Amino acid sequence: MISLQAIYNVIEYIFPFSWSNYDFMKNALLAIVIIAPLFALIGTMIVNNKMAFFSDALGHSALTGIAIGSIIGIKDPVISMIIFGILFAYIIYSLKNKDISSNDTIISVFSSTSIALGLALLSKGGNFSKYSNFLIGDILNIGTNDLILIFIAFIIVITFWMLLSNKLLLISIDNALAKSKGINVKVVETLFIIIVAITVMISIKWVGILIVNSLLILPAAASKNISNNIRQYSLYSILFSVISGVSGLIISFYSKMASGPTIVLVAALIYFITVAMKRSK
Amino acid sequence: MENCKSCNRRCCTKINNISVKINNEYIIKNINIHIHCGHLTVIIGRNGAGKTTLLKALIGEINHEGSIEFIDEKDGKNKKIKIGYVPQKLGIERHNPTSVYDLFLSNITNKSLSIFKSKDAYNLVFEQLEKFEASELINKKLGELSGGELQRVLLAFATISNPQLLVLDEPVSGIDNKGTALFYKLIDKLKKEQDIAIILVSHDFNPILEYADNVILLDKEIVCEGTAKKVFESSQFKRYFSEYERGDKFASNI
Repeated sequence: MISLQAIYNVIEYIFPFSWSNYDFMKNALLAIVIIAPLFALIGTMIVNNKMAFFSDALGHSALTGIAIGSIIGIKDPVISMIIFGILFAYIIYSLKNKDISSNDTIISVFSSTSIALGLALLSKGGNFSKYSNFLIGDILNIGTNDLILIFIAFIIVITFWMLLSNKLLLISIDNALAKSKGINVKVVETLFIIIVAITVMISIKWVGILIVNSLLILPAAASKNISNNIRQYSLYSILFSVISGVSGLIISFYSKMASGPTIVLVAALIYFITVAMKRSK
Repeated sequence: MENCKSCNRRCCTKINNISVKINNEYIIKNINIHIHCGHLTVIIGRNGAGKTTLLKALIGEINHEGSIEFIDEKDGKNKKIKIGYVPQKLGIERHNPTSVYDLFLSNITNKSLSIFKSKDAYNLVFEQLEKFEASELINKKLGELSGGELQRVLLAFATISNPQLLVLDEPVSGIDNKGTALFYKLIDKLKKEQDIAIILVSHDFNPILEYADNVILLDKEIVCEGTAKKVFESSQFKRYFSEYERGDKFASNI
């Protein structure tokens, strides 16, 4: 077991308040500081590539992933969630290019089906309440092992992201233009949806199925309102994401509300402020 | 080749039997085009004639039958052709935060441009834009450019990697007369100075007379091909474009 004592001491030094005496708050804070920038960066690409609806569906598909995990008998369903999430994302992505029906219809059909399937399987035997934590998440329940998992995911995702983000940007500007510049659009997009699937599934346990997409979209959407170039877009998005994460967590501690929704509310507030800023320009 | 006086390079691009079939129906069929470096080939045709489809087949955006051969006669070898592409419009909304500089950086550097700042690249991009009278646009957002400005930026972007063939889809509207004149002046400069072969889909007949080396009238197949004067005087051209349309698109007479 890795000792986090040194980091805890730093946190207590920076935040000399009552909440920072609790280890669960310190773990939650650490998780947020790692996950928030990740969400912010991935969110900017999701918003730019017009995939907000897609990532929303991906979050909902987690229910089926959890159900499959519990049927197989895995204690921590995160593995089955990730595998099912990647599969789910890839199926939607391949159907999108087949021109069967409009994108939002395809996404909606798959989203509803996987919610229904997940709920049906999980409610079998009448103990769905056991899983209700996954709906709103529980960030105060993060342990050391979870932190390590988050950190590994952070490294993987950031590495992929650094290599792909320029190419993804060009794809988001114009598909044909990207192809003419020699970019393999299919490979880049597939890798990206895998990254999104991993990030979403790892985070659901703490932020919850219902609001995971808000945390991806809101900081990027707010940043888009006031940015003049991609660097600003990414930096503001990270800033908004960390601010809403940290302040939402602290507010939730004092107000005794669930942390996830509180964080989303702060992010939403920031979004509306940027809308006002854009309009007054 | 009269346009190649200043260079020793002789090269040609052969577009062989390009066909595109969607749902068992040919959108374009058996297109053969032979183009030389430093030549401007203009494709005209009615809406739905397959002009944009042909361009997208050339750049590999849609599956097609047939082949594109590029022969660089400096060493006589058959090479994979490098194609620059200028789309008709971009699929981005007005509030997209991507700036002109970002567009270039996304292609010329591998370092994530959302984090790293590259001062060296700035000069490179600035100089490239300057060649196309667009350097003042470097910090503007793509979504806020006018039609003519965007066209010049995309032209600069397409040619930064020194393509052997430039493929352009001209916007149907949104560019004023001054913008059109500047665009054709830049195209002419490109083909003369850089010896690039250019294929342009155009909707504007007047500059074609002045600048095109070869005109192709397309309607799924090549209906008529030759100098602008020859094509515009052909019976096929008169059949495809009614008096009204011709009068509308020609400010002056042939």
